[in-house]
Amino acid sequence: MPEPTYLLYLGCVIPYRVLSYEISARKVAERLGVKLVEMPEFNCCGLPLDPVSHEMMLVLSAQNLCLAEQKNLNIMTLCPGCNGTLRKVNKMLKEDKGLREEVNGYLKEVGMQFKGTIDVKHFIQVLLEDVGLEKIRGSVQKPLNDLKVAEHYGCHILRPKEYMGLDNPESPTVLKSLIEATGAKCLDYMNELECCGAPIIGVNDRIPLQLARDKLAHLKEAGVEALITICPSCYTMFDVNQPRIERLFNEQFSIPVLHYSELLALAMGFSPSDLALDEHRVKLNGIMGRL
Amino acid sequence: MSEKTEEPAKKVFKLSEADPRFKYELSKTLGAEKLMMCFQCGTCTADCPIARFSGSYRPSQILRMALFGMKSKVLSSDDLWLCAACFTCIDRCPRDVEFANVLRVLRNMAVKEGFIPAVFREIGSNVVKNGSAYEIPELRLKKREAAGLPPLPKFASERVTKLAEIVGFTKLIEKKRELNA
Repeated sequence: MPEPTYLLYLGCVIPYRVLSYEISARKVAERLGVKLVEMPEFNCCGLPLDPVSHEMMLVLSAQNLCLAEQKNLNIMTLCPGCNGTLRKVNKMLKEDKGLREEVNGYLKEVGMQFKGTIDVKHFIQVLLEDVGLEKIRGSVQKPLNDLKVAEHYGCHILRPKEYMGLDNPESPTVLKSLIEATGAKCLDYMNELECCGAPIIGVNDRIPLQLARDKLAHLKEAGVEALITICPSCYTMFDVNQPRIERLFNEQFSIPVLHYSELLALAMGFSPSDLALDEHRVKLNGIMGRL
Repeated sequence: MSEKTEEPAKKVFKLSEADPRFKYELSKTLGAEKLMMCFQCGTCTADCPIARFSGSYRPSQILRMALFGMKSKVLSSDDLWLCAACFTCIDRCPRDVEFANVLRVLRNMAVKEGFIPAVFREIGSNVVKNGSAYEIPELRLKKREAAGLPPLPKFASERVTKLAEIVGFTKLIEKKRELNA
């Protein structure tokens, strides 16, 4: 079977401030035989501007899809927000002829045309569908058997289910299987599927910080040693904002947050310094000895 | 517009002040087609993570107000900007109303009326200018290099600037700038 090949779409948040996700994802992909090709060029997926102008979101997204069509490669994203937007627009434009014609009318002005020839997947979907749990288990050289972690999906990898279809959004299991493939124990905790609140932090910070605080409290109650995320924005809420939450609510959590790709890379034998784990705001001191 | 928002909140809304065409206008817009299917069961509000911590944000109430034709009140409300787009309401609505999509339509209309939170104006300006939602500092690009990552692909900023002009997005953002000035 030829090695799976994808165009890596990074989006804005990861190059802006979550480099550690990209570092580990590239290492994991290479080890598992997933070939990543750089986008020739790219732009914002459109998600943050959908509230302002749906048309603008559509053309931004479609432009990225056209670039991938020109390369004749499917897109892989690390950010579920980008993934959700590109997947949704791809499906809408493939299925709705009127909308496609409208968007192509705009794209024509910049010499582009949406044809509907490629697909979009998130990194964990590539791991599940193109690599498979068996191969992932086989890549583990240093099982993390002593580690008790928990999962946070983030909303956009699961919903709206019409566009995502990765798993049942009311009772998903895929991330847990991926986590357990590393040997780590994946604990359950209250309201696991709750939103992190990140998308509105620029409008209202009180509500997202309360949402994130509740999750951290539930994780602490369950005895979780590290939270595993697959979204740069959820990661930012729980890692970058954790000290702020601790000050605001006068509570101590000290729960490190790892991208799933980092957990897997550690289990593959990469060292914390290979992965730039010192980039994380919440220090990994409590678990470092076991990584 | 600014005069209106300074008036004390009215406890009684007179239907004579409503815009009865509002719900039809919404129903014709992509994303809000199923607005009139709502039978006010309240599932969207009960399952909304934001409603839990907000004293005023209630998806089912926004829907009801829109159906009543309370156009100016809905479009000028700060609550319109609290949806975190988790899409739980879309997946659980027994009438398939797709509230988050209706809300997006309402936000797009509010923007046309000049209501736009500063953060969206900022991200919008960044995208129009750079093709990216954030201006990526030089330091980050150097860090990429030091970490052994390949150079960041170029942002298609020129094409984005042109497309933003064509779809009327640049004007939308500028309009607010004029209002602020």
